[in-house]
Amino acid sequence: MPDTPFIDDGSNVPLSELRWPDDDLTRIPDWIYTSDEVFQRERERIFFGESWCFVALEAEIPEPGSFKRSYVGDVPVIVTRDEDGDIHVFENRCAHRGAEFCRALRGKAENFTCPYHQWMYDLKGKLMAVPFRRGDHGEGGMPKDFKLEDHNPKSLNVTTRHGVVFASFSESVESLEEYLGPENLEQFDVVFKGRKLKILGFYKNRLQGNWKLYHENLKDPYHATLLHVYLATFRLMVAGQKSAMICDESGRHSTMASAKDDNIEIGEETASQMKSAFREGMELNDPDFLNYVQEFDSPWTVTMQIIWPNLVVQRELNTLGIRHIVPRGPHALDMYWTMFGYEDDTPELERQRMKQGNLMGPSGYLGVDDNEAIKYLQDGFKHSHSQEGIVKLEPEKEGSTETLISEASVRALYRHYRQVMDI
Amino acid sequence: MASTHPAGTNLSPEEARALRFEIEEFNTEYARILDEQDIDFWPDFFTADGFYRVTAKENHDEGLPVGLVWCDGRPMMQDRAAAVKTTMVHAPRYLRHYNSNVRVTGVDTDGTIHSESNYLVIETLMEQESRIFQAGLYIDQFVREDGVLRLKARDCIYDSLLIPNDMVYPV
Repeated sequence: MPDTPFIDDGSNVPLSELRWPDDDLTRIPDWIYTSDEVFQRERERIFFGESWCFVALEAEIPEPGSFKRSYVGDVPVIVTRDEDGDIHVFENRCAHRGAEFCRALRGKAENFTCPYHQWMYDLKGKLMAVPFRRGDHGEGGMPKDFKLEDHNPKSLNVTTRHGVVFASFSESVESLEEYLGPENLEQFDVVFKGRKLKILGFYKNRLQGNWKLYHENLKDPYHATLLHVYLATFRLMVAGQKSAMICDESGRHSTMASAKDDNIEIGEETASQMKSAFREGMELNDPDFLNYVQEFDSPWTVTMQIIWPNLVVQRELNTLGIRHIVPRGPHALDMYWTMFGYEDDTPELERQRMKQGNLMGPSGYLGVDDNEAIKYLQDGFKHSHSQEGIVKLEPEKEGSTETLISEASVRALYRHYRQVMDI
Repeated sequence: MASTHPAGTNLSPEEARALRFEIEEFNTEYARILDEQDIDFWPDFFTADGFYRVTAKENHDEGLPVGLVWCDGRPMMQDRAAAVKTTMVHAPRYLRHYNSNVRVTGVDTDGTIHSESNYLVIETLMEQESRIFQAGLYIDQFVREDGVLRLKARDCIYDSLLIPNDMVYPV
């Protein structure tokens, strides 16, 4: 049942009537988060357009025959490794009647058979067999001109970098390296280059908000110092410490970076600006919890990278993870988490990753705050008179910045978004 | 039943029944504390070196170590309790915990009691209908301290893979 009966939640706003307020990037209209037509255009132009979408880590499909169910946008796909070790991504939809035939989360297979009429596909996603294709005793069967090769599930363009697999519905999309841009490629490589990943586990949650709110959240360092009481209280992120928002030229990707400073003084003025977001004198019973094991060639102890349109790479101290965004209409998104370490981790380092895992995820000390805030936002868009929000901090900039008190990279994202969406 | 021992245990049916009743009493009190959101008391159900994890069934089945909540030792649990109470921002909610099907699966020579039981959590947000928040299995190890049962380990294995929004309180 809908959770807001009798209330217009903005889903029916027609695209043709929508105008961005005064062409002003400091104002974001509610309808981009609520309209079904906007969401349909986002699927076509962003998720099925000139984008590279995350689909898997190679460590999830380590051997020939390994497969994983995944999504590009909200479209179910299968990611496989074939007999030669090559990776394929194709739609999880039988070419016959459209059944989503692969139901296992992941596993090993020699081929895939749709249970409805036993149409069989190989690991490359090619249709191999159709039962009773020639009929039975001369009766029935497919027309004579029926060719198996004309009925493959839609196959996607695939690329990998240091064990991370991306797919695209576009054949003309630029290379992944060009797509990411040099600044975000560098941050990506800090996590993935040169070390083999080890999968440590999975979780999933459904957030009650529009998928773009997750992007905004990670392009909004202002909230980090205010919403996340834990960050300030334990000096993980405080106004005044060394930090950066690293954007690409297009404005779509970004990395929020900060360097933990155990000795940072929180002066009276900062503490008073933070209001209730700072708990003076709170101490950890387990003081080792926030210890950072230096393992990366980077000045940053935390980088939260968001790669348009569906990937977050989390490096929060020593807890590492992928967040795969699956949009579920305008009002919800699913977050698929894959937590990982490296094959050469010591047991102590793996243990530290497990401990610090409490910071993030659906029950994380920081994760819960964001999930709740995103729901609060969507509730506001759905339940109130449709209006607009403002993103005016640090007005002289758009994109990269070095202060936490900025919304410059949110504006950069929406310049890109408006161009792609033509709104 | 023909066997003198319940399936998979080294206990007589009478011993298993007595333990089961004791564990049910323990879980009833554990659920009451969580229902009332008296989170400060939650770490006291564990030994000082107790282990607590909440993880998806898919991780348990594949032997993967992560937990939504992963606490090794009571100090980590106290830090989680303090975070829930003091720093984590969340909308108010009611929670109702149900526990059933306690099975004592064995007792080690050092007295550690192994048991399993099903759990169910119903969550009610102020503006929404009540919903099943999580269905899962507790895999427990109990020890006795001064005659009182405490958890040496509680592994909460949830079936409900897609978590609705977030999980604020432990289960």
